[in-house]
Amino acid sequence: MSVELQASPVSTDRWHPVCAYSDLIPERGACVLVEGRQIAVFRGFDGALYALGNRDPFSGAYVLSRGIVGTRAGEPMVASPMHKQAFSLLTGECLDDPSVSVPTYRIRVTDGVVEVSIA
Amino acid sequence: MTRLVVVGHGPTAYRLIETLYAKGFGGSVTVLGEEPRPAYDRVALTSYLSGKSAEDLTYPVPEGVVLRLGAKVTGIDREARTVTAADGHTEPYDVLVLATGSSPFVPPVPGKDLPGCFVYRTIDDLDAIAAAAEGASSGVVIGGGLLGLEAADALRGLGLVTHVVEMSPWLMPRQVDEGGGSILKNHIEALGLAVHTGAGVKSIEPGEDGRVARLVKPDGAEIEAQVVVFSAGVRPRDELARASGLPVGERGGIVVDEGMRTADPAIYAVGECALAGGMVYGLVGPCFTQAEVAADRIMGGDAVFTGADMSTKLKLLGVEVASFGALDGALDVTFMDPVGGVYKKLFVSDDARTLLGGICVGDAGPYNSLRPLVGRELPASPTELLFAGTGGVDVDLPDDAQVCSCNNVTKGQICEAIASEGLTDVAGIKKCTRAGTTCGSCVPMLKQILVKSGVEVSKAMCEHFAYSRAELFDIVRVRGIGTFSQLIAEHGTGRGCDVCKPAVASILASLNGGHILDGEQAALQDTNDHFLANIQKNGTYSVVPRVPGGEITPEKLIVIGEVARDFGLYTKITGGQRIDLFGARVEQLPQIWKRLVDAGFESGHAYGKALRTVKSCVGSTWCRYGVQDSVGLAIALELRYRGLRSPHKLKSAVSGCARECAEARSKDFGIIATEQGWNLYVGGNGGFKPRHAELLAADLSTDDLIKIIDRFLMFYIRTADRLQRTAAWIENLEGGLDYLRQVIIDDSLGICAELEAQMERHVAGYFDEWRATIEDPEKLRRFVSFVNAPGTPDPSIAFETERDQIKPVLIPLEVARS
Ligand code: SRM
Ligand SMILES: Cc1cc2nc3c(=O)[nH]c(=O)nc-3n(C[C@H](O)[C@H](O)[C@H](O)COP(=O)(O)OP(=O)(O)OC[C@H]3O[C@@H](n4cnc5c(N)ncnc54)[C@H](O)[C@@H]3O)c2cc1C
Ligand code: SF4
Ligand code: FES
Repeated sequence: MSVELQASPVSTDRWHPVCAYSDLIPERGACVLVEGRQIAVFRGFDGALYALGNRDPFSGAYVLSRGIVGTRAGEPMVASPMHKQAFSLLTGECLDDPSVSVPTYRIRVTDGVVEVSIA
Repeated sequence: MTRLVVVGHGPTAYRLIETLYAKGFGGSVTVLGEEPRPAYDRVALTSYLSGKSAEDLTYPVPEGVVLRLGAKVTGIDREARTVTAADGHTEPYDVLVLATGSSPFVPPVPGKDLPGCFVYRTIDDLDAIAAAAEGASSGVVIGGGLLGLEAADALRGLGLVTHVVEMSPWLMPRQVDEGGGSILKNHIEALGLAVHTGAGVKSIEPGEDGRVARLVKPDGAEIEAQVVVFSAGVRPRDELARASGLPVGERGGIVVDEGMRTADPAIYAVGECALAGGMVYGLVGPCFTQAEVAADRIMGGDAVFTGADMSTKLKLLGVEVASFGALDGALDVTFMDPVGGVYKKLFVSDDARTLLGGICVGDAGPYNSLRPLVGRELPASPTELLFAGTGGVDVDLPDDAQVCSCNNVTKGQICEAIASEGLTDVAGIKKCTRAGTTCGSCVPMLKQILVKSGVEVSKAMCEHFAYSRAELFDIVRVRGIGTFSQLIAEHGTGRGCDVCKPAVASILASLNGGHILDGEQAALQDTNDHFLANIQKNGTYSVVPRVPGGEITPEKLIVIGEVARDFGLYTKITGGQRIDLFGARVEQLPQIWKRLVDAGFESGHAYGKALRTVKSCVGSTWCRYGVQDSVGLAIALELRYRGLRSPHKLKSAVSGCARECAEARSKDFGIIATEQGWNLYVGGNGGFKPRHAELLAADLSTDDLIKIIDRFLMFYIRTADRLQRTAAWIENLEGGLDYLRQVIIDDSLGICAELEAQMERHVAGYFDEWRATIEDPEKLRRFVSFVNAPGTPDPSIAFETERDQIKPVLIPLEVARS
């Protein structure tokens, strides 16, 4: 048996449907797996969506989706459940140590379905 | 582009690099460090043994720095401008900075190299000491200075009978005089350490296994010890400089000029390896200042290092010790209270007008306010000043007085930051000025300065609520508030954070009951409460079923064994008389709990700020000394208070007689049986700062006992601060234990009936939150690693085997962030 390997198309806009919008609890995160990447998605109090890398750079564990969501000086943030460092949901920057940051991803809702782009 | 190479990655190197980046350094930075890990906070080294991890202590490494770890530099070719490491790697430089620190001095006593002999400098040293302490019963520290006493405390913390041997006639000879040393010795001995002053070491002798067994003093007396730690001073690591022909001092140290430059203009030396102005500085404050001077010079500036204050203030084994300025002078004023364990001495000029220095032992109150006044005119009489900062006189500092010696920040700089940045708390001062961020001893001063600048020091829990936890508790109670959203909309700002959300969740749970994952409350919980399990370092969780009183049937033990085996969990008997199963992935938790609940288990709340365990000893049923049924009472109490949410965790124990095998006096509430009934002790804990519980009431009947505990717990829940154990709560209650007795026994506030009713509501409303969770499909939906791939386990979680059980394979942290 032979398997044809298809190279993944190089597109700048590849949106992956990940879950229903209603699957997400307000002010809480959930983790999604997209092409082997762990992405933490968050739904804000006002309904806004955010997507960050799930890996906590301080502990190395993939847990950011399980942190407490809130604000710091008005900026939406998630606090790592491991050792509490806060990360901006807007920029991925660590608000306690600006030399550290996590990747951010684009996220949107289409017809009630949450989509993430890793391009 | 300038190629900067740094040798050594300790605190000084960290500060140098950080300062360079802050100043916009555009060159490349390569660091060669001998230790296997990036620079960490060596000052806080000992906290590694009390629970801090290596990562906690590690400093951040700026983006772009190339770190070569485990790379000991063995040679400098000044002609070719390269350094060579032991592995043969050669690194070219334009500017070289030596930040090699110092190494502990080990005196040449016979036996010094035996297995079981250590120094106390690196995390690796501490790992080795902790491993050796495991099979050992006693240890000895050679050297009774600052670091020696810290090492002795560490050995004591590892459970060893600990001795300190000091050559000088008194302890800490470099910081205190003979009078202070004698008071210090009393304190240290009262803690159970054996102190041998004026004592040398003749030899260290091995036992039959070839490891250290004892230390022999010159008079032939022996001290049994399986662990020996040398702490007899440090020597600058100047060997590289020496070998490459750079001048070094007679007693060591790389000679530098006031710009921290060595005789070779391309090479700087900073930190504990440098000899600046004829001095080697062994404190981190001056080392940081040197790093900043060198960074400025590298960037073309003209900063100078003109010496530094060698004042110290520490809390060693719970004893405050401080010294500042000159430790002798024409005149001195001494206060000595051997009973209270306090010694204070001030040195003044012969006209008694200028403060020269001082020593404090047992009460460092005057240190903060007087240290900045060294060399200045006395603001009050010397006797009055001895009591400064302890409720006596209030000393006003001049603006140029240095408040934070670690970071060289003056009062003026702090006041200016407060005014220009509108700061209202210590955290803000730390961020803006860096004061208070190193050893922390200036923090009380920072608070005082805030208060004096007219800033109302905030009791606010966090930026979202201007109230303390106790105030929020009253607001929720009196106004009957049911949700976080309502509370923050009416009484707060923003959308909360990891500080206020769990605190409010706990208040709502204490007052309103219900399931902690109901509705909006689920989003408030931290990860442990959210998944009803404790998170582990690799992102897995642990499972702890309740085993009331530590009593368990063989059938239930078998179920735990089977569940652990079937899910491949690491199994360990805890210190709380129950069993912890580690390494479960989130999606496994409901399946595991289904099995446990079916077998009659319930949540042990090991994850919650709630009642943990009520330990028991076997008691009068089996023990020939027991006078009451301690197991029966422990089970009754554990079932009564299970699930009770509180400001911090709650622990209890019941002992069947005064032999106290259940360790009840180390608990938040502990009960010890008497012939007549029960003695109730409150406010104990183990943990970071152990404290024995104190007797609240004696010879109680079981009914009265339960009534008083009900009131005690509810009063605590109502008035304590967030994350304040009962020990700290009682210590901070104005009036202490007596006041507590008035409120909950004599009912001086008339609230006892209400407190009891509140507890009755809790007891009646209790249900097992794990059973309720597995019965509710809505709640179960969150137990997946990935919402879009519910069956897929987290691929980053992996295990290896150790002693026949699993252990997490840790995800490596990339170190070179280039
Ligand atoms: C499992 C256990 C160690 C063991 O293998 O024996 C343990 C494990 C943890 N302890 Fe403990 N403690 C355990 C008994 C103790 C004891 C001994 C005792 O209870 O008799 C103490 C000292 C007594 C005391 O609390 O006063 C103890 C003092 C602490 C402290 C320090 C508390 C303090 O007031 O200073 C913490 C930190 C905290 O809670 O903030 C802590 C925190 C922790 C945490 C929850 C740390 C964390 O947040 O990840 C550990 C995680 C457990 C897990 O993942 O499941 N653990 N811990 C013990 C569980 C007992 C149980 O069955 O519930
Ligand atoms: C237990 C303990 C408690 C302390 N408490 C306090 C305190 O309360 N207050 C205070 O002010 N100070 C305290 N100190 C002192 C403080 O830690 C030091 O002043 C500080 O660490 C000095 O920093 P450094 O970077 O100059 O040297 P170090 O911390 O010694 O770092 C030098 C680094 O360079 C490495 N190195 C050496 N030679 C080479 C080579 N040839 N090639 C590559 N790498 C090399 C070493 O391995 C080391 O990692 C304490 C020290 C200890 C050990
Ligand atoms: S189990 Fe307790 S003592 Fe052990 S590492 Fe964890 S917190 Fe520290
Ligand atoms: S004096 Fe050490 S942090 Fe300020």
